[in-house]
This record gives sequence, structure tokens and C-alpha cells, in this order.
Amino acid sequence: MLPVLSVRHLRVEFATRRATLTAIDDVSFDIMPGEVLGVVGESGAGKSVTGAAIIGLIEPPGRIAGGEIRLRGERIDTLSAAAMRRIRGRQIGMVFQDPLTSLDPLYRIGEQLEETIATHSDLRGAALRRKAIELLSEVGIPAPESRLDNYPHQFSGGMRQRVVLALALAGEPELVIADEPTTALDVSVQAQIIALMKQLARHHRVAIMLITHDMGVIAEVADRVAVMYAGRIVEIGPVRDVVLTPQHPYSTHLMGAIPRLGDTRQRLVQVPGAMPPLAAMAQGCAFHPRCSRAFAPCRIERPALRLHGSTSVACWLYDDRWEAPL
Amino acid sequence: MDDAKLNEANPIGLPRNASAIDAVLDSDLLHSFLGSKLTVAAALVVISITLAAVLAPVIAPHDPYDLRSLNLLDSQQPPAWLKDGDWRYLLGTDDQGRDVLSSILYGSRLSLGVGVLSVAFAAALGVGLGLCAGYAGGALDVLIMRVADVQLTFPAILIALLIDGSAQALFGVHREQTLVLGGLVLAIGLSFWVQYARMVRGLTLVEKSKDYVLAARLIGIHPALILFRHVLPNVMGPVLVIATINLALAIITEATLSFLGVGLPPTQPSLGTLIRIGNNFLFAGEWWMTIFPGVTLATLVVAINLLGDWLRDALDPRLR
Amino acid sequence: MLAFIIRRALEAILVMLVVTLIAFALFRFVGDPINQMVGLETGVDEREKLRQALGLNDRIVVQFLRFVWHALHFDFGSSYQFKKPVTELIAERLPATLELSFVSAGFSLMLGIPLGIYTALDRRSIISKLLLAVSLLGISLPTFLVGILLIFIFSVKLQILPSFGRGDVVKLGFWSTGLLTTSGLKAIILPTLTLGLFQMTLIMRLVRAEMLEVLRADYIKFARARGLNNRVVHFGHALKNTLVPVITIAGLQLGSIIAFAIITETVFQWPGMGLMFLQAVQNADIPIMAAYLLLVAFVFVTINLFVDLLYVVVDPRIQIGTRDG
Repeated sequence: MLPVLSVRHLRVEFATRRATLTAIDDVSFDIMPGEVLGVVGESGAGKSVTGAAIIGLIEPPGRIAGGEIRLRGERIDTLSAAAMRRIRGRQIGMVFQDPLTSLDPLYRIGEQLEETIATHSDLRGAALRRKAIELLSEVGIPAPESRLDNYPHQFSGGMRQRVVLALALAGEPELVIADEPTTALDVSVQAQIIALMKQLARHHRVAIMLITHDMGVIAEVADRVAVMYAGRIVEIGPVRDVVLTPQHPYSTHLMGAIPRLGDTRQRLVQVPGAMPPLAAMAQGCAFHPRCSRAFAPCRIERPALRLHGSTSVACWLYDDRWEAPL
Repeated sequence: MDDAKLNEANPIGLPRNASAIDAVLDSDLLHSFLGSKLTVAAALVVISITLAAVLAPVIAPHDPYDLRSLNLLDSQQPPAWLKDGDWRYLLGTDDQGRDVLSSILYGSRLSLGVGVLSVAFAAALGVGLGLCAGYAGGALDVLIMRVADVQLTFPAILIALLIDGSAQALFGVHREQTLVLGGLVLAIGLSFWVQYARMVRGLTLVEKSKDYVLAARLIGIHPALILFRHVLPNVMGPVLVIATINLALAIITEATLSFLGVGLPPTQPSLGTLIRIGNNFLFAGEWWMTIFPGVTLATLVVAINLLGDWLRDALDPRLR
Repeated sequence: MLAFIIRRALEAILVMLVVTLIAFALFRFVGDPINQMVGLETGVDEREKLRQALGLNDRIVVQFLRFVWHALHFDFGSSYQFKKPVTELIAERLPATLELSFVSAGFSLMLGIPLGIYTALDRRSIISKLLLAVSLLGISLPTFLVGILLIFIFSVKLQILPSFGRGDVVKLGFWSTGLLTTSGLKAIILPTLTLGLFQMTLIMRLVRAEMLEVLRADYIKFARARGLNNRVVHFGHALKNTLVPVITIAGLQLGSIIAFAIITETVFQWPGMGLMFLQAVQNADIPIMAAYLLLVAFVFVTINLFVDLLYVVVDPRIQIGTRDG
């Protein structure tokens, strides 16, 4: 089966006055049709940049400096602006963190829905309105006919995010990139939205790239998960394996940070230190300054992603060439 | 290994023994300043005009106010490079025989002087009132803000005109020079204080609600002192930006008032007065009396505006 | 919302009262109506009788109320200079100023908004950079200097446009317009440019700054992510969000055109109210000054009120308020 999305050796750079910063470096992964890939990591790890690069919304001074992005086998990172515009919404959709600022405050919900549907279909007039109502009810908005004429500020946070989801799905894309979709919502609403996303994904056969720093959400809804650190993927594999038996030292710490019911630990595990700023990356493995298991090769060379069991890890501990200390 | 540690401790990449001066020299502010040739040029223009104005008594070839040195026979002469021109009077003379170049030098002095003084006055008044309003709150705050709102309904030029006009009516047209200057500074300053007050008030309100102010009150330190030490430094940046843009406007306002005849008189002409006097001779073909002061005024104001633009962009945290 | 309107209206009236107070103070204390009306020979007793007759010895509050009453009836006394009722003088000169102001305002808007949009959308083109450079000149040059320069180029050197006056005017009832004659049209060009240049560049820079800000907003990003084409994104979402704050600020700015008209009228000897006011200031003609002040205050307060209400109408967030969904 052909992956919906195929990213190989993606590299995104930002040219600043002092130096050129590499936001993501040599990122490769696939997303299969209908699967939910979680992308986790601390703030600044490059998760959002990856999402923006895929949908072609990297603005100068940023640019895609290497690698390729394929949508159903066809390259999209080299497309013209006009061609990329046609793909957005129609084949790849994106949802952002804050539903309030994602919606134009001066336009009614109905207008925003209808313009999106109209862009990606031939529907006009009454049919357009019907489709808009259909989408609204699908995302769980009660009394959709009357809500079409409301403005964004007349909805609560959770309802707004549902509207945003409706808008993202209006063009019936095959892939939706969700960048921190629940972070701005109340905890009680978060679960609802996550459940909704799961349901929509199944129903529309849409693949989702779920970017978040919340491991709990990933554990709940993802099929596979990629762990990012300092612009690189350090581990990627089925969610159950990565969460229960993480291999990369950073993943281990991340999973340790998930509070669990029945947990007997007294304190949450914390990773000492902080992720380095882009301009001050260490040589070798980016994580080694904070890694409790770092040894000789970690300081010298960057490990590549290699399959080890059911997951791929980028760590010298799992590379056969090196004898890791115990 | 050592490199990595060094990198971590010193992300900017300065050598280990970097001093404060190096930090300034390497700072974003200086870089953005030097990087824009236009801004540097503007700064040079402002500096040179300011220097020329300050040093006017020293460098002016003639003293346009010394009535004894004026020769009516030399009046209305064109610039030196034209026919009938005289190299003693580089830019020509006016109807009284005054050297245009010298008049411009002395005039710039007055224009800049009034401009800077009125902005300083407006800033002091505005910042002071803003601090009071923000800190005291309650009735005082409401009063000050109401006055500000009412005043904002009217454009500055009208307010300045009104104050100046009333002063003239009250004290008569031929007043002593310092009174004229003082009146102008007051009039212009009073028409500009509101911006500062609003901004400072907003910042004061933000700071007032912070924990350290409460802590200071509990210890017994007068909160006003705390506000002074903490709000004021934060406020300086935006105040400077507003002041620079205000300076251009203040100079324009003074020039306009002088042009309209309610500013500086012909005996102590600013650039605006010079333009007004020269305007009467424009149709006679004697353009130099008005155009040269005009160009000087325009150049000065454009340069100040450029600096103000750069300053605003440089201090805008979002653009970093 | 009704409460909002009422509150704003009350505030407006308050401002007018304050201004009236200032005008009254001017009238009563700065000017001396007696000195203006009689010659130097008139004796002290005569003056005292006149004072009494004019009610100048009554209590201040009474005088103020009388002043307000007269003001509401458009009676501002007679001008010291011209010995004619001020109301008459103002009515004569009002059309000239209003016409110039409206034409300038129209010019500023019709040129300023499109240019602002263009320089925001097409940031890197040479035309944009040129326009920005010119705009810097536009807001730096004092109005009178622009007028003088224009006169110098078009009247003195090229001799194609007049440098003073309104040209021939056509009387339509109580209004007189210069727009219906060739000489009138020619005469209004330079003053319009002078008066409108500053406003136009201000509006242009305002629109540009606002639009650039809006284009960075999340909803624009999301609109693009939905695949909406550039026309819809720029001229639908971006433009609408840009114009809403711009409308209010532009409205206030345009109100100040009335004030800047003073300068333009002086430079071009345009027979309007502004010129008359300036002459009044120079000659300490208090009645005209006070009347002008009140009139202008009224215009400003009305514009401010109007603009505030406009904002409420245009921005749905203020009007409807948040309900729960």
C-alpha cells in the first residue's frame, strides 16, 4: 500500500542575521492511509515546522533546504505556489492550536464554511448551504441551521474547535495535520475533541498527523508515534511499543513523565537540563549533553534512525557497531 | 567536549572575555542601525544640522540680527552662483539685506530648540501625569484620562494655535523674546502630552498589579518609589520612540505657527518665519528666500522621521 | 447598546460644555468688548453705563448661561473687526471651507486606501518602495511648505494653475460652489493636493501597517491552509479586518482636515473660515475666535461620536457579545 505521505531527509533552515539555523534536519517518515501518526517532543523540537513544511506554509526567512515530500508518490515540495494552493484543503488539511484566532472574527461561520466548500467543489447556492449544515452536524454541533449565521465569538472553545475541524475536512482531504489541537482547550473538552477526531478519521478515512507535546493524547488516539528532539526524529514506531517499552533515552524520560493512575512513584520524572537553542547545538547526538547513558560515539557522530525490533531508533546504544557500557 | 561546554555556556558565540562594550557592539540594535545606510545617513543629517545650529554664532558668516551690519543695498540678492550674486552671501539675501545662510543657521537653532524643549516638556508632563493616573487610580485617574480624551478630540495644531493666540491677545503682540519662546514651548508641549500619559498609565497599571509591588508595600517601602524604579526604565524605550516621532511633529507645528504669524517674530525668525517672509517675494522671482529655509526644514524633518521609523522597528520585540 | 449610545451622547455634550466654557472665558476675560466697541475718547462713566447695559456686571454664572443660550441660537455677537454679526460672516465663508475639506477628504481616501493595500500586498516591488519613500515625504513636509512648493512649480514656473482664490463660483441657494466652473476647478486642485497630501500618506501608511499585521494573523494562515485562493484571502478576509480599525482612525483624521484647512487657506488665500479665524487671532477678534472654536468643536465631537457608533455597527464582536455554544 502506498503511503499517503512520504517524507525523506527533510531539512528546513531559517536564515537569520547571525547564522543560518536548521530547524529540522534529516527527518524521514511515512504516513499510511487512515493512520494516526503522533508527533511528540518539547517546544521547539521542530514538530510544527515539520507540519508547516508539509503543507507548504513555511514563510521566509525559512525555507525547505533539502529532502523531499511526496503525497501519494508525487513530489509536492517542488510545486509552484498555485499548484500547492490547490493541494491545500483539498488533499492536505491543517488544524491549528487556537480555534479562536483561527477563525475570522468578522465573518459568519456559515460564510467561512461555504467559501471553503465552494473552493473545493462545484456546489453552489442551496446545495452549498446544505453541505455546510451537514458538516456542522457531523462534528457534533447542535442546531446547525441556526448556528450558520453566528460569528466565531458566539461559540465556546470546544465548539469552535469542532467548527475548525469541519472547515479542515470540508475539502475532503486525505491527510490532516493537527498542530496542538487540544492544547488551548479545557481538559474536559480535550477528551471530546480527541474522540471526535478519532471518529472523523475512521469515517472519512483520513490520515492524521497529530502534533502535540501531550503524551496522554498520543497514548489515547495514535497508531504510531514519532518522538522528535532538536529537529530530528529520535524514535518512531507503534504507539504501544514506544510508550510501554521506549528505547531511546529521551523517549524513556518522556514516557516516564506521563502521570498514570495507580502510579506508585512519588515524583514525576524530570529530564535534567533543557533542549539546546538552535544556534548552540552540540556535535554528535543532539541529546548527549542531557543523556544519562551517553558514551564515546555520542559526542562525535550523529546516529541515524535504524530499525530495532518493532521501532526505529536513532541511538548508538542500539547500533551493532558499538559496544554500549552497561 | 570542551567546545560543546563552551557552546552551551555562551550561545551567542562571543569570546570568553567579552566585555559590556563588546556586547553593545555586537548587539542587534547597533547592527540594524549600521545595516541600514538610509538610517545612518539620516542620523548624520540630524547630527550635522544640530551641530550647525548649536554652533551658529561661531560659524555663521554674518550676524543677521546685528542691525548695524546690515546693508540695505545688499538686499534681495540672489545666491552666489547666479548672475548678480555675491560670494559673500552664499545663498543670497532677503529684503532687509540679511544673509540667507546665516538666517538659516540661526533659524535652525530656534526651530530645533523649540522642538526639543516642547517635546521634553510634553514627555515630562505626560509621563508624570500617566504615572499619577496609573498609580493613584480612582478619581484622579478618571479626571486625567477624561481631560486627555477631550483633548484628543482636537488636532494638536488647533490647540497650539488657540493657546498661542490667547497668549497673544492677553499679553499683546510684541512680547519679550523669552516669553514668546516660553509661550510656544508651552503651547506645543500642551498639545502633545496625551500620548505619553496614556502609554505610561497603561504600563503603570500593569506593574501595579504585580506581586513585587505588593511585597514592597508589605515591607513598608513606598510603592511610588518602586514604581519609579521599575516602571520608568521599562517606559523609556517606547517614550523615546514616541518622542522622536513627536520631535518631527513639534518642529512642524512650530514652523506652521510661525508661518501663520503667531509663532516666532521676524526679529527672531525660526525656519517657519523665514519661509513666511520669503513667501512674499516668491512671485517676484526671488525664490531663494523661501526655498532654502524650506529645503532645510524638510530635510531635517524627513531625517528625524527616518530615525524615528528605524527606532520603532528596532525596539519592536516582535520583529526580532 | 442603547446604553452605550446614550453614554457617548452625554459625553459629547459634556465636551461641548467644556469647550463652551473655554469660549466664554475667552470672550469675557481675554477680550474686552467695551474697548472694542467704543473709541478712546469715551469717558469712564459712559463705559460703565455700557457695561451695565450689556449685562457685563452680572454674576459670572448668569453671564455664562446667557452665553450658552445665545450660542444655541447661533448668536455670537458681532465681530470687532467687521462690525457684522459673526453668524453671518461664518455662513458666508463656510461653503468654501467645507467644499475644500470634502474634496480633500475624498482625495485622501480614494488614493490612500488602494495605495496602502498595494504596498502591503506587494512589498518588494520597486513601485512599493518608491511609494513608501514618497509617503515619508508626505508626512514629513509641513502643509504650508507643500503649498508653497506646489505654487512655486505650478503657478510661478509653469503658470498653469492659479495660486490664490477660488475662481468663479456658482451660487446654489445659500451654498456657493466652485466645482461647476473651469476656473473654480482649476483653483481647487492645488489646495486639495496641499490639504490632502498629509492625510493621504497617513491613511496609506495606516492601511499598510494594519494590513501587514492582519496578514500575520492565525485566521489568514488557516484560510490559506484551507486552500482559499489569494483573492479571497487578501480582498475578503484580510481587507475586511484591515478596514475596520482603519475606518475609525481615518474618520478621526479626516475630521482634523477642518483644522489644517486654516493653513491651506492662508497659503492660497482661500476665502474660507480658516483664513477668517487666523485673521481674527491676529487681530484679537474674540467673537469670531469663540464662534469658530465652538463650531469646530461641534464638528469634531460629532465626528468622534459618529465614528464610535460606526465601529459598533461594523464589528460584530461588540454588538452581539458572547453567547455560549
